[in-house]
Amino acid sequence: MANLVDLTISSLRQLLDQREVSAVEVTRAYLERIEKVDSKIKAYLTVTGDQAMEAARAADEHMASGETAPLTGIPLGIKDVICTKGVPTTCASRMLEGFIPPYNATLMERLNGQHAVILGKLNMDEFAMGSSTENSAFFPTHNPWDLKRIPGGSSGGSAASVAARTCAGSFGSDTGGSIRQPASHCGVVGIKPTYGRVSRFGLIAFASSLDQIGPIARDVTDCAILLEAASGYDPKDSTSVNKQVPSYIGSLKEGLKGLRIGVPEEYFIPGMDPEVEEAIRNGVSTLKEQGAEIIDINLPHTEFAVATYYIIAPAEASSNLSRYDGVKYGFRAEGYRDLLEMYTRTRSAGFGPEVKRRIMVGTYCLSAGYYDAYYKKASKVRTLITRDFQDAFARCDCIAAPVAPTPAFELGEKKDDPLQMYLSDIFTIPVNLAGIPSISVPCGISKEGLPIGMQLMAGHFQEETIFKVAYNLELTLGKIGDWPEI
Amino acid sequence: MAKIQKSEVEHVAKLARLTFSQAEIDSLTDQLNDILTYIGKLEELDSTGVEPTTHALKLTNCFRGDEVGESLPVDEALSNAPQREGGAFVVPRII
Amino acid sequence: MDYEAVIGLEVHVQLKTRSKIFCSCSTRFGAPPNTHTCPICIGMPGVLPVLNKKVVEYAMKMALATNCEIASVSQFARKHYFYPDLPKGYQISQYELPLAENGWIDVEVDGQTRRIGITRIHMEEDAGKLIHDEHRPLSFVDLNRTGTPLIEIVSEPDIRRPEEASEYLKKIRQLVRYLGISDGNMEEGSLRCDANISLRPLGRQGYGVKSELKNMNSFRHVQKALEYEIRRQTALLLDGGQVVQETRLWDAAKGVTHSMRGKEEAHDYRYFPDPDLVPVEIERVWIEKVRQEMPELPGAKRERFVKEYGLPPYDADVLTSSIHVADYFEECVRLFHRPKTVSNWIMVELLKLLHQDNQEIDTCPVPPSSLAALLKLVEDGTISAKMGKKVLEESYKTGMEPQQIVQEQGLSQLSDEAELKSMVARVIEDFPEEVAKYRSGKKKVFGFLVGQVMRMTRGKANPKKVNELLQKALD
Repeated sequence: MANLVDLTISSLRQLLDQREVSAVEVTRAYLERIEKVDSKIKAYLTVTGDQAMEAARAADEHMASGETAPLTGIPLGIKDVICTKGVPTTCASRMLEGFIPPYNATLMERLNGQHAVILGKLNMDEFAMGSSTENSAFFPTHNPWDLKRIPGGSSGGSAASVAARTCAGSFGSDTGGSIRQPASHCGVVGIKPTYGRVSRFGLIAFASSLDQIGPIARDVTDCAILLEAASGYDPKDSTSVNKQVPSYIGSLKEGLKGLRIGVPEEYFIPGMDPEVEEAIRNGVSTLKEQGAEIIDINLPHTEFAVATYYIIAPAEASSNLSRYDGVKYGFRAEGYRDLLEMYTRTRSAGFGPEVKRRIMVGTYCLSAGYYDAYYKKASKVRTLITRDFQDAFARCDCIAAPVAPTPAFELGEKKDDPLQMYLSDIFTIPVNLAGIPSISVPCGISKEGLPIGMQLMAGHFQEETIFKVAYNLELTLGKIGDWPEI
Repeated sequence: MAKIQKSEVEHVAKLARLTFSQAEIDSLTDQLNDILTYIGKLEELDSTGVEPTTHALKLTNCFRGDEVGESLPVDEALSNAPQREGGAFVVPRII
Repeated sequence: MDYEAVIGLEVHVQLKTRSKIFCSCSTRFGAPPNTHTCPICIGMPGVLPVLNKKVVEYAMKMALATNCEIASVSQFARKHYFYPDLPKGYQISQYELPLAENGWIDVEVDGQTRRIGITRIHMEEDAGKLIHDEHRPLSFVDLNRTGTPLIEIVSEPDIRRPEEASEYLKKIRQLVRYLGISDGNMEEGSLRCDANISLRPLGRQGYGVKSELKNMNSFRHVQKALEYEIRRQTALLLDGGQVVQETRLWDAAKGVTHSMRGKEEAHDYRYFPDPDLVPVEIERVWIEKVRQEMPELPGAKRERFVKEYGLPPYDADVLTSSIHVADYFEECVRLFHRPKTVSNWIMVELLKLLHQDNQEIDTCPVPPSSLAALLKLVEDGTISAKMGKKVLEESYKTGMEPQQIVQEQGLSQLSDEAELKSMVARVIEDFPEEVAKYRSGKKKVFGFLVGQVMRMTRGKANPKKVNELLQKALD
C-alpha cells in the first residue's frame, strides 16, 4: 500500500469503506507526518493530536455501524481564522493568543456532523491580511516546493499542509485571493465559492462583504467533496443563501463540448512572469483541445479592482477589528493608567504592523469628509466591476486567467513594500468584489520547480461549471510534478 | 502632493485607538500616502448614477423569530476575559 | 428682546420583544450580570447578527401610529465608538436608510393642538451597563442589556415650549403602550429622551446655536431641564454672549444643566452599511398585515367613545388615556349598559383607588365583570350608591366578588314595606316631641326622623322607601 498520507481523500474513502485501513491508522499516519516535517513547513499553529485520535476512534465506530459520510474519518486541517469550540483560535494574532471560543463555526458543526477528523489549526497572515503568511504573529510558513519561498497567503498554512501531506485536505478563507493564491503557489487545488454558499458564522471577520470559506485539496475531486460538505444555508448567517447544493462530484466527468471559455485581455499584463503566461496559454489550449470554445473577452474595470479592494476591505476590517479592545477576551496590555490607555496600548501591542496599517487606511476612508470620496466611490466602482463579469458571462460560461503574476516569491522579498504586496493580488481580487466563485488549479511548473495555478471563474453559484473545467484540465495535463520531498 | 499629513495620521490613529512612535508615524505617513495615491486612481472613473454595491449578492429580509434561546453560562461568557470579578468584565474606572 | 425656543427631541424606546434584536438571548430585566449573554451579544470573534422580525414589526407599528412613511428598503449601519458597554466597538443602527420618515404627532397644550413633525424612526441595539466600584478605580461591565431592541424617534425642531415637549413624550408613551411594544417607562429607562434646544428672536426664521441635553429621566425632568436651559440661554444672549454648541447634562438634584465639555471628544462615528445584515424590504402587503394587527389608536378611540357611548369629551379623554382603561371601560359597558354610570365609577372611584396604590388598571384586583355586577346591585336597589363605594373598596382590598361581600356582611338594603312601616311607627312613638315639631311646621326635623329609621336598620334601609313611608305616616 502506498503511504497513507500521499493518498487523496477519494482514495482514502475507498480504503476506509472497504475496511482496509481504519480512521485511527490514517490519523496516526498524519500525526506522525506532522511530527516529522511540520518543523520545516510550520503550517500548524496548534496540533490537536489527542482530540484527533479520539475523533478517529469515533469515526471508526460510526463506520462500523454503517453511518458513513463522505468525510468520516478523513483528517483535515483548519485555518486558524475559523472558530473551533474548546480549541485555541488565534487568527495568528497576539491579540487572540490563548482565546478559546465557547462555540463552533458552522463549518465545524458540519464537519463534526460527518465525523471528520480535525488535526489542528493552520497558520495564516494575521487576521487573514497578507499574501505570504509572513504576517503571522507567530512564525512564517514555508513553501513545501522550496522552503526558501513563501507558501502564499493568507491561507498559507492551509495550502502548505495539503502540499506537504500533513493533512488530507484543509479549509481556508478567501477575501481577496487568500485561498487561490496559496493554492497556486503550493500546487494544490483551492476554491473560493460563491459569496453566501458557505456559512461565515464563526469565520473571524476580515472584510465581511468579501470573506468566504473554501477548501484546499490535492485534486479537483477532493476539492469538490470538501466544498459539498461545507456548503449550504445557515440561518445563523444572514448573507448565506438558501439554495440547494448540487452534487459537485456528480458533474465532474461531463465533457467540455459546447462550453465557452472566456480569456480576459486585461489579465495578461506587462510585467507578468512569462512562464506564468505560457502555462496559462498552454492550459487554455488544452481546454480547447477538449472541446471548449475559447473566446476573447474584456473585463474593462480590472485595473481599478485593487484600488477598490484596498478601500473596501480595510474599511470593513477597521470596523470588524474594533471589538478587540482588551475587555471581553484576548490580549490586554499592562501598565495603563486609564481606559483610553488600556485601549490604545492593547490595540497597539496586540495587532501587528500590517493589521494596524489596514485599520489606519480603513478608518481614514470611513472618517468624516472622506467617506464619499473613498468608501462610497469604491462601492460604486464595485458595481462596475460586477457588471463587467455579468457582461462577460453573457458571452461565456467560464473565465480562464492566471492566479498570480509570478510563482511564489522568496520570504522577505516584498515584506517592506506593502503596496507591491497588494498589487500581487490583482487577478484574484475582482472575483471577491463580484462575489463569484473561482478555483485555482495547477496548470504548470516553472523551470525552478515552482507550481503555477490557473484560475477558473464562473457566475454566481456556477461551481459545477468550474469543477467540470478544472477536472478536465487536471485529467488532460496530468500531475504537474511529484509531491515535493521535505 | 501628499494625500495625508502627519497630523491627520495622528488623528486617525486616535480614532482607531492606536498609538505609534514618532518614527512609526513618519513611515506610516509615507506608506499611507503611497496607498492613498494609488487608491486615488478611482478618481479617474466617472461613476455618476452608478448604484453602490455593499453586498456581493442582492439578498433581502433575513429574519429570525422572536424566540428565546440558551445564553452562555456566565462562567463561559467570561472565560476569556483578561479581568473579571463577580460575574462581570472589569475595566479601568470610567470617570 | 424676546426669544423663542426651538426644541427637537430624540426619543429612544426599548421594545418589549422576548429575545434580543440580533440574538436569541432573553431581554428580561434584572438578571444577574452577564447571564443573558452569548457569543453574539458579547461580540466574540466570527459571530454574526440575525434580525429579530418582531423588532421590525414593532417599529412598523410605531411608524404607522405616528403617520410616518415606511421605507420600501431600509438598511442597518454600523456606528463606531469605543466604550466598554459596546462590545463590538460599534452599535448596529440605521443611518442613510432608516425604517420610516416624515411623520407627525399632534399634542395638545392649554386646549391648543400643535403638530410636531417626526423626522425619522429607526431600529438599533441597546448598549450594556457599567457599574462603578466605589472604592477601587474599577468599573464592571454587564452585557445583559446589550442587544435589547430600541427604536429611536427623532422629531423635527417643531417644539416651542417645555410643556409641549412633555406632552409629546407622554403621547409617545401612550402610543407605545397602546401598541404593546414597550413599557414606556422613563424612570426605568425603557423610554429615554435627549433634547436639542436653541433660541432665536421671536418671529425670526433660521436656527440659533443649540445645546444637547441628556440625562433627563422623567417627564418632569425633561420639562424642568428645558425650562432651565431656556433661562440660561436667554440670559446669555441678553448679556450679549453666545451659546456654545455642546452636550449638557441635567442635574436633577441641583436643578441645573452643566456642560460635559472636556469629558467628551468630538465624535466621528464612521457610519457605513453593515455587511453582515441584508436590507429590509417592506412591501405594501406586509404593512397592511401589520396595520391589521394594530389596536384602535387613542385619537380614534376617543372619538368613538363620544359618538358610540355619548360620553362627554372629558370622560372619553380620561378613559382612552391608556388602552387598558379603555378596554376595562368597554368590557364593563358590555355587561352593564349605562356608559356614563360606568365612566363615573371608573374615573371617580376605581382610578382613585388605583392611584392611591400607584397601580395600573391591568393589575386591578376588581375585574370589569365585578364592577359591572356591583353597578347592577346599585341599580336594582340591593345596595345604596354609598354602600356601593364601600363594597368596591372591599372588593379592591380582598379581591372578593361584590355579591359575596354584600351577602356575607348582610349589606343588602331593607326594602320590605311591612317591616319598614313598623319601624317608622316605632320612631314616631319614640320621638313625640320631634313629631310635634314637624307637624307644627318645622320641616327640618324630617331628616332627623329618617336618620333614626336608618340607625335602627344600621343603614340598610332603602332611604327612598323610608322617606316615602315616613312622609305618609306624618301627614
